[in-house]
Amino acid sequence: MAPELNGKKFLLQGNEAMAEGAIAAGCRFFAGYPITPASEISERMSYRLPQVDGTFIQMEDEISSLGAVIGASLAGVKSMTATSGPGFSLMQENLGYACITEVPCVVVNVMRGGPSTGLPTSPAQGDVLQARWGTHGDHPVIVLSVSSVSECFSIIVTAFNLSEKYRVPVVVLSDEVVAHSRETFTIPAADSIEVVDRIVPNVPPEWYKPYEDNSRGVPPMAAMGDGYRHHVTGLVHDAHGFPTERPDEIEAFLKRQFRKITNGFFEIQITKKFNIEDAEIAVIAYGSVARSAHRAVAMARSQGIKAGLIQLVTLFPFPKSTVVNVMRQCKAVLVPEMNMGQISREAKRVNTGLTKVFKYNRIDGQLISPVEIFEELQKM
Amino acid sequence: MFSGMTELRHKYLRHHKKFPHVWCPGCGNGIVLGALIRAIERLNLEKDDIVFASGIGCSGRMPTYVDFNTLHTTHGRALTFATGIKLANPSLNVIAVMGDGDATAIGGNHFIHAARRNLDLTAIIINNQIYGMTGGQASPTTPYGAQSTTSPFSNIEHAFSIAELAVAAGASFVARGTVYHAAQLDKLLEKGINKIGFSVVEIMSNCHVQFGRRNQMGDPVTMLNWLKEHAVSKDNGSSMPPDSLDAKFTIGILADTDKPDYIEEYKKIRLKAQRG
Amino acid sequence: MDVDRFEIRLSGSGGQGIILASIILAEAAGIFAGYNVSQTQSYGPEARGGRCKAEVVISSKPIDYPKAVQLDMMLAMNQASCDSYCFDFKANGLLLVDSGLVDQTPTSRVVALPFTKIARESAGRDLAANIVALGALGHFCPLLSRKSLESALSARVPQETKKMNSKALKAGIKAAEKFDMDSLPRSILPEEEEEI
Repeated sequence: MAPELNGKKFLLQGNEAMAEGAIAAGCRFFAGYPITPASEISERMSYRLPQVDGTFIQMEDEISSLGAVIGASLAGVKSMTATSGPGFSLMQENLGYACITEVPCVVVNVMRGGPSTGLPTSPAQGDVLQARWGTHGDHPVIVLSVSSVSECFSIIVTAFNLSEKYRVPVVVLSDEVVAHSRETFTIPAADSIEVVDRIVPNVPPEWYKPYEDNSRGVPPMAAMGDGYRHHVTGLVHDAHGFPTERPDEIEAFLKRQFRKITNGFFEIQITKKFNIEDAEIAVIAYGSVARSAHRAVAMARSQGIKAGLIQLVTLFPFPKSTVVNVMRQCKAVLVPEMNMGQISREAKRVNTGLTKVFKYNRIDGQLISPVEIFEELQKM
Repeated sequence: MFSGMTELRHKYLRHHKKFPHVWCPGCGNGIVLGALIRAIERLNLEKDDIVFASGIGCSGRMPTYVDFNTLHTTHGRALTFATGIKLANPSLNVIAVMGDGDATAIGGNHFIHAARRNLDLTAIIINNQIYGMTGGQASPTTPYGAQSTTSPFSNIEHAFSIAELAVAAGASFVARGTVYHAAQLDKLLEKGINKIGFSVVEIMSNCHVQFGRRNQMGDPVTMLNWLKEHAVSKDNGSSMPPDSLDAKFTIGILADTDKPDYIEEYKKIRLKAQRG
Repeated sequence: MDVDRFEIRLSGSGGQGIILASIILAEAAGIFAGYNVSQTQSYGPEARGGRCKAEVVISSKPIDYPKAVQLDMMLAMNQASCDSYCFDFKANGLLLVDSGLVDQTPTSRVVALPFTKIARESAGRDLAANIVALGALGHFCPLLSRKSLESALSARVPQETKKMNSKALKAGIKAAEKFDMDSLPRSILPEEEEEI
């Protein structure tokens, strides 16, 4: 028997916690290709999945990894892959396939410096907009980010839950700092973890329309081999799953893709707040930079500066309402990022003259430190 | 006899769905689909247990028409999706159909690694020596010296030998047939599907519209005659690949070996892992 | 013991076991002594050679920023890493160096012990120098007991090397015990500044 890990305290790497979170969420298939700084996720999965009757396979590249993941999910098994920038670029093709066929899956991108081979062992946040818009065509996608080992566990569970519930690929952005940091973490008891499974059809096969609209905009999903024998295609398809070129069917299909996500904004857009109630200035941060920001806000408070922090867990759909509320309240907001300004663009987009949006950017492969953010807050 | 085929059509085709099909009159794809259905009927497989996946191109539309669990994936990637499906549910019979450009150009790496890995899948590769759907561009199996819309003066590249490539990469079962030799094709597909491990059936087919028309074989009968005249049974000599318009090529079973497939091997891994 | 942030940096060249030593240190504090711990590292593409740095932050509270801000202790296992990473010290911060490999130190609160030589003599292997140094670090770290270090070491290293590593750890602790702390200045800041 495999050792029982739940309820025990470990010193875990972010990457290892991701693997454990995935298994806790019910993931039983992983396909991947070696890449720094994401390889430890594959390594842990290759060890852990066979213990729980799951399957790990190392594929020939990242394209095939996501292909296999989508295939396994179509056969009814929760599936995931993990990579870093160069591999994430290769995955864009099949990420679009998962979007249009509405196949739940989780794709982890442990961000490193780019473009191209870039800085394999250094952190960055340069893939934020790629995660949202990387695959071609209009498409909805959910992008989450993690800032700590415990979030690597809990947010992966959330990623699977949202993916299953909305039938959409969920991208989880980590970065080299979070991925390779080890922190003490107690794996929660199995019954304390909320796990959501996809809705399966309860009608006889002859009645089943695999892409029929309903109030949620998320049709039930039959697994291959369950007797429904439906068709899955990357072509735009009708309610039966067959290719269509009828404008009325095309528009209804594509708009439903957006509607199902919009309907779920309330639970999809996850943020965490720190010292925000009476804040006059606020930091908007995500990933490992949110950790620095947390400390910077505490430093500012100790100096009498009324600073607060919103940590964005969900990057897309961009948590507009929360951010706008803080913008109404604060005279200025600061968006520190390890890129030249990707989420600050979103912040500026939703800021309709409510406040001033400052950015602070670092692209030298180093984590932004608390002192740097604190000094920016002092200037504001 | 005719009533027998009608029965098969009703049993296996989604006749009330997306017909007429997209293929040109005289296309070899129909012969391949017929052979596949007959092979499945003879093997007495349940429709619910069959997954039929494809990539992109004319062959990519084939799963649309048959009443299995069907999947039309991205270009060249059919085998990667098939790999995930088979591993997630090993009780399914997973068959992938691909074209020559699909399987050996954009999907070439997936193809050789699937053969090496020896997962129990069946790969049907319809080799019509051209990119048909996109308008007759040269493919990795377009013969040296042939005309295409991207080799208007002459093709100066040399053709892949798909079946021989599969043998070298380690596939458990490899065969080559043609759409002219339809009776043999039924048997090759039957054996390929029945084989435990990775099996490849390369099927030489005719695209008279995009390939034949530019190479003095503008109708299906001429092309089928070309297949008839250039195919040599494996029993009559050693393996020969289809590498030029004049050369002959071998048809029949090129490899049939027994080795443990990936699913069997992975079961042992699970036992090791769970022993702790 | 209640502590806000106790920060330790370990540095050396790739292959000296710096990251392993930092993990054992972190597990001693996090798993066996019950603190919250964050362990981070930075390294180049080399598995052997090159510079290598690992940091351990220990706290009774949740840790926000996972990397070191102000060092309580630092270990330098060669001159290059000592030159590169010796900054951000607290006034009473302590630098430990391998006296056989580091000649020059940029601070006066230095414990210089021949970790590699001790490793060779006690455990028969130069490679155990990281564990000798870990013993010394543990001795000077007020949050770690000898028992927590021994437990963490035993849980991490392979069965066949346990005995050898245990000898190295003990030798490191013993060497540290002999070191006269009173010979060091209490602070690296000038006296008058410290009183403010």
